[in-house]
Amino acid sequence: MLATAVAGLVAVVAVSTLLGAANLGWTRVVAEVWAQLTGGTSPLSATEAAIVWEVRLPRVVLAGLVGAALAVSGAAFQGVFRNPLADPYLLGAAAGAGMAATIVVVAAPQTAGWIVGPLPLAAFAGAIGGVSLTWVLGRSAGGGTAVLLLAGVAVASFLTAVQTFAQQLNTDTIKQVYSWMLGGLNTSGWTEVLVTVPYIAVAAAVLCLCGRLLDVLAVGDDEAASLGINPGRVRVVVLLSASLATAAAVSVSGLIGFVGIVVPHVVRLLAGASYRVVVPLSLAGGAMFLIIADHIARTAFAPAELPIGVITAFTGAPFFLLVLRMYRSKLR
Amino acid sequence: MTAPKSAQQALSLRAVNARHGSRVVAADVDVTLEKGGWLAIIGPNGAGKSSLLKAIVGIVHHDGEILVDDVPTSSLSNRERARAIAYAPQTPQLPDRLTVTDYVLLGRTPHLSPLARERRSDLAVVSQVLERLDLGTLATRALHTLSGGERQRAVLARVLAQEAGLLLLDEPTTGLDIGHAQALLDLIDRLRHEEGATVVSTLHDLTLSAQYATQLLLLDKGNVVATGSPAEVLTRDTIARHYDARVEVLTTGDGQLVVAPTRAQDRATPRVP
Repeated sequence: MLATAVAGLVAVVAVSTLLGAANLGWTRVVAEVWAQLTGGTSPLSATEAAIVWEVRLPRVVLAGLVGAALAVSGAAFQGVFRNPLADPYLLGAAAGAGMAATIVVVAAPQTAGWIVGPLPLAAFAGAIGGVSLTWVLGRSAGGGTAVLLLAGVAVASFLTAVQTFAQQLNTDTIKQVYSWMLGGLNTSGWTEVLVTVPYIAVAAAVLCLCGRLLDVLAVGDDEAASLGINPGRVRVVVLLSASLATAAAVSVSGLIGFVGIVVPHVVRLLAGASYRVVVPLSLAGGAMFLIIADHIARTAFAPAELPIGVITAFTGAPFFLLVLRMYRSKLR
Repeated sequence: MTAPKSAQQALSLRAVNARHGSRVVAADVDVTLEKGGWLAIIGPNGAGKSSLLKAIVGIVHHDGEILVDDVPTSSLSNRERARAIAYAPQTPQLPDRLTVTDYVLLGRTPHLSPLARERRSDLAVVSQVLERLDLGTLATRALHTLSGGERQRAVLARVLAQEAGLLLLDEPTTGLDIGHAQALLDLIDRLRHEEGATVVSTLHDLTLSAQYATQLLLLDKGNVVATGSPAEVLTRDTIARHYDARVEVLTTGDGQLVVAPTRAQDRATPRVP
């Protein structure tokens, strides 16, 4: 199953790199790749080669990273909260990032010469800040997953209110904020890949290792403790990792919905409910799903781009319903 | 119904108080159980039976001393304790769509370092346990497709996969009809005899506890009010006093105890519960 998923991912990366908005001809792109590998001459001009290596490939890789991060975080959140509707934005990551991004857009700081733009930095800090606030409030109110969820709702409402207020005071920036909210990868180059890879890779590795422990959490805290694990500690490690991956994804892609919920569920329907399988397959599945969605976003109405959040919901929802129908016998 | 003789005590409780916060729910419990024995903790609702069981497994706070195979549990790490004591709660939470194999595999948790994957030997233990409990044909089925009796057997398989010498079972027959309840208790009894497992269970059915346990402990309002063999503990007067129930204790032709409820002769004065 995992081998199939990896093979599928490689195929999706290849196809999405060969085809794009600029009509280079996929055979010529193949020849370019061959030339790069063997040191031969390429049929592509320097500009065309740059489109492949500096525009398309980093974007495909970034879409894969973001999709993998959101899907694996979604799976982890569903495991920790034992709730099928949990998604990675649940604990205030989205609202925190949205608020911070809006403030940066409104304030428009002078950041010429920064390696990373102010928007990703603010979104990352906002997402981490939102989750931390939820965590601190949840703990002070007695801890427990139910309390944590409620704290997440309160924090998200509060931060969204701040965001809306800042927005209403500066209506001239609505378009910029709105397009960030809908999510998109259209400003990406290798820089975004390099700054997000460490967070997402570490978090994904930790979550893959925690798959078996997430299965143990599913039998309840008493029985989990009787099996010698510390449920509270597992939850902290998993939520910390998932939130870090989510913040890294949000910082470079805005708020892309649907991936974190749909991909883990499709994986469960196809491959079973054990988190030993769900976590790694969600990584691969999320990457594939978002690469395809982003490919549609940039090619369907080229040169115009659709917001990727629209594509994920527009293609994801019917696909999800189809899978549900196919496997309804398994569900009941 | 006789346990294999051994000098070693599988379980000793010395002046154990189980507590929820500052509230003591089972007080000053002293009991010893030899290896291969079956202790049934009985008592009316709310007597502290489950809490005492949870104190032994370490998920309810306690003071006093609990020794398993003559080793104080306070000196064991969580994983060491989980390799010595297996526990099934009264209403186990079964993750619906997990397969029986994946569920039983959870029992191997204390044998694996926290982030490790299961080994081939763990899967071998799981398949042995499944065969043992006649669950082999259900190995790939999802838990929510099982019947009540099959679910209870899956829980028992999860407990056995832990390979602990001491099994703590909180009302293992919950929700089972009398035939399935007997089949499950027969199975536990067989494991006790064939593998030397020591069993501590709560049981609300007094007849079944009399017929399967080697030793009874009667709790009432958190206090131990009687311990000993079934014949010693289960007398009409004791049950009347602590359960506020009318029963006759009968003996069958082959010498087994039966606790039979009887109805009051005076129907004019119904009891206020």
